Amino acid sequence: MRPVEPVLQMENITKRFPAVVANDDVSFDLLPGEIHALVGENGAGKSTLMNILFGILTPDSGKIKYKSEQVKIESPNHAIKIGIGMVHQHFKLVPPLTITENIVLGSEPKAGLTFDKAKAYSEVSALAKQYGFNIDPKAKVADISVGMQQRVEILKTLYRGAQVIILDEPTAVLTPQETREMFVIMRSLVAQNKSIVFITHKLNEVMETANRATVMRRGKIVGTVNISETSTAQLAEMMVGRQVLLDIKKGSAKPGENVLNVVSIFANDDRKLKAVKNVTFDVREGEILGIAGVEGNGQNELVEVLTGLRKPTSGHVFLSGKEITGRSARVIKDEKVGYIPEDRHKRGLELDFSISENLILGVHSKPPFAKGIVIDYDQVAKYADTLIEKYDIRTPSAEVKANSLSGGNQQKTVLARELEVDPILLVASQPTRGLDIGAIEFVHTQIIKQRDAGKAVLLISAELQEIMGLSDRIAVMYEGNIVAVLDAKDATEEKLGLLMAGVFDAPKEAT
Amino acid sequence: MDIMKIIRALRLKELVLPLGAIFLGLLVGAIMILWIGKNPLFAYASLFYGAFGDLNSIANTLARATPLILTGLAVAFAFRCGLFNIGVEGQLLVGGLSAAYVGTVLNGLPLIVHLPLTILSAMVASAIWAAIPGILKAKRGVHEVINTIMMNFIAYALVAFVITGPLKAPGQIPKSADILETAQLIRLSEFAQWSTSRLNTGILIALLACIVIYYLLWKTTIGYEIRAVGLNPFAAEYGGISVNRNIILAMVISGMIAGLAGAERVIGFHGSFILGFSPGYGFEGIAVALLGKNHPVGVILAAILFGTLSSGGRWMAFNTGVPTELVTVLQAVIIFFVAAEQIVAWFFRSKKKTRQVT
Repeated sequence: MRPVEPVLQMENITKRFPAVVANDDVSFDLLPGEIHALVGENGAGKSTLMNILFGILTPDSGKIKYKSEQVKIESPNHAIKIGIGMVHQHFKLVPPLTITENIVLGSEPKAGLTFDKAKAYSEVSALAKQYGFNIDPKAKVADISVGMQQRVEILKTLYRGAQVIILDEPTAVLTPQETREMFVIMRSLVAQNKSIVFITHKLNEVMETANRATVMRRGKIVGTVNISETSTAQLAEMMVGRQVLLDIKKGSAKPGENVLNVVSIFANDDRKLKAVKNVTFDVREGEILGIAGVEGNGQNELVEVLTGLRKPTSGHVFLSGKEITGRSARVIKDEKVGYIPEDRHKRGLELDFSISENLILGVHSKPPFAKGIVIDYDQVAKYADTLIEKYDIRTPSAEVKANSLSGGNQQKTVLARELEVDPILLVASQPTRGLDIGAIEFVHTQIIKQRDAGKAVLLISAELQEIMGLSDRIAVMYEGNIVAVLDAKDATEEKLGLLMAGVFDAPKEAT
Repeated sequence: MDIMKIIRALRLKELVLPLGAIFLGLLVGAIMILWIGKNPLFAYASLFYGAFGDLNSIANTLARATPLILTGLAVAFAFRCGLFNIGVEGQLLVGGLSAAYVGTVLNGLPLIVHLPLTILSAMVASAIWAAIPGILKAKRGVHEVINTIMMNFIAYALVAFVITGPLKAPGQIPKSADILETAQLIRLSEFAQWSTSRLNTGILIALLACIVIYYLLWKTTIGYEIRAVGLNPFAAEYGGISVNRNIILAMVISGMIAGLAGAERVIGFHGSFILGFSPGYGFEGIAVALLGKNHPVGVILAAILFGTLSSGGRWMAFNTGVPTELVTVLQAVIIFFVAAEQIVAWFFRSKKKTRQVT
């Protein structure tokens, strides 16, 4: 494979932003017919590099060679024209239009002045067939699954003649089964001599699919390795710059009394459609109950019911035997329920408040922070400094705004606030979303610490690895129901994956 | 280096955009003055002299700024809770009406009781007027912009009815009877021989209101919750803060401030409720709040600027023949540039940037 001429070479790329050097003398090359993984923590410079390649950003220095010719990519349209396509993490599709209409959008086949629909359908069908995509060209995008939408995005780049396809964290939104199908598609693409840049931070996926991997850290290339000659541990160390505990280490659970009892809860979503249907479960002292499931299967609504942000339509919630159904968020907080919300920007933080003001959110009206209606900001500052130290929140001071912190430090702020009230129940929803390996490690350790201190922990996560690594018992949610509760020892990725996809009694043995 | 530190401590950076907007506004104004064949420097000098030329004109400028401080503060306060209170005008009128009623009808009370009671009545009336859209927003999700505008129209009609009817003083002019002495705010002209200004103790009330609101917003749990709701209602709700309660509360407090503005005009500046006394103080308050970045100190400065333009504009027209309408144009252009903050930011930053890159 070596002597092959690379299809793409990026040489000595440097890109400076006002405060940081996002890409510092970065070189990257891509061979025809290879899957090249680009890995690194958040802020390592992966996106900057790919945005330069796709013409969204212009480099300060360095050159790009495409098929041995030096090119200056000026815009995404230009990139597409020369054969570089990109599938973004957030799809750019028009839901009411059909798959075909979405694929040809912007370069529609025309018959005279009008859109030649028949030709478009036949072209898209032929294309799908060529690459083995199983899609219905006439289906509306609004009606198809997320995995299917991703295929439409890929077809969009192929329709425009892409030779190089950049996939930005393509598996983040997929179930394990869909992920596997995605890998099949990726392999069939490279078999037809396309080249793929695969941006991800999931190292096991890199090991499974890629030919080579380039690791970035703080804007620089740490190294490019052949997958056959490396290991997950080595990649992780390259990414973080030190050894990391990849496996979550924890002792066995010593469950005690029931802390949370959820009995036949029904709840609606914001559109008043049934989202949670007859959910019953309980969580005991000293155990972590994980709720697995593809996002949007009612987990959100369930968590909001438990934390007082949404009123259930029927059912009961008991906390240590006391009914808290439909009580306000304030009351439930006062009953010592800690809650790490899924979206720290929307729910978890007042981004324009200072760190110290964020650290008292929820206890701001209680002593010692408030005397009557007056807030004692000296006390608040002292408290903030203590927590910043205790939870290792990296910030220049307690008075900077929360939005100036990195994702990891923001999450540490949320964690510090929620754990410091000494909860009896901790509800953690997608607690490591968007965090880098170092911060993930920290969050996991804290969650296990809570369990070992005898707290009940309810963990909701779309990351199967996280669910399987942390939980003592695992419940699977599908279309608003809890379809199974398994002991963590009995759970395999295969089993959970099928349950998450709504296959309950598949006779077929997992392979 | 030390100067840089002081500048940072004074948060002068915050002033760059408003000052830039004012500068660009004056620039556009100058072009227009040139266009009609006058000398802009002379016009602006006259404007400045008209506003600050002697003690009496300074007093008049401050008198013009007084209601704007209050209406600006009312808009700014609601805005801190994420609410756009366009109804300050109506709230001001209803507050003024209530002050006119209490200030003319309750006879025989001592000043120490009557004056506070009159002011309080204005605040209560305006608070109720503002609470209605607040409650509708909180309970029914009706947008406060629509509601407060509607409440303005109701206020216009109500005031016109009462002042031309039940509360009308005898005579040609549609106005209430004069406010009883026990309910009047003291005017500067009453104890300063040199002054004919109607500047009154209302300005002290306005400044006091700014201090109280500053303290409320940044030192108390009430302010903490209101700001939390204004910046991110989802996080506030998560933190156990009732979004609905704070929306209503913010409207009520905003209304109370608007009521003070109405009271100051009726029992201080004019001494009676004259129909149509407000040239749109409530709407000017929106501009003041915008220019003052919704901060009490900024509101005071912006109100004084607008007071200056209005009170100096007349002398400018008299002296140079530049029509007073130019003042309105200036205000509009300044607000345009504040609203289009990005344009100003770009204008002042582009130089720095080119230096940085090379």
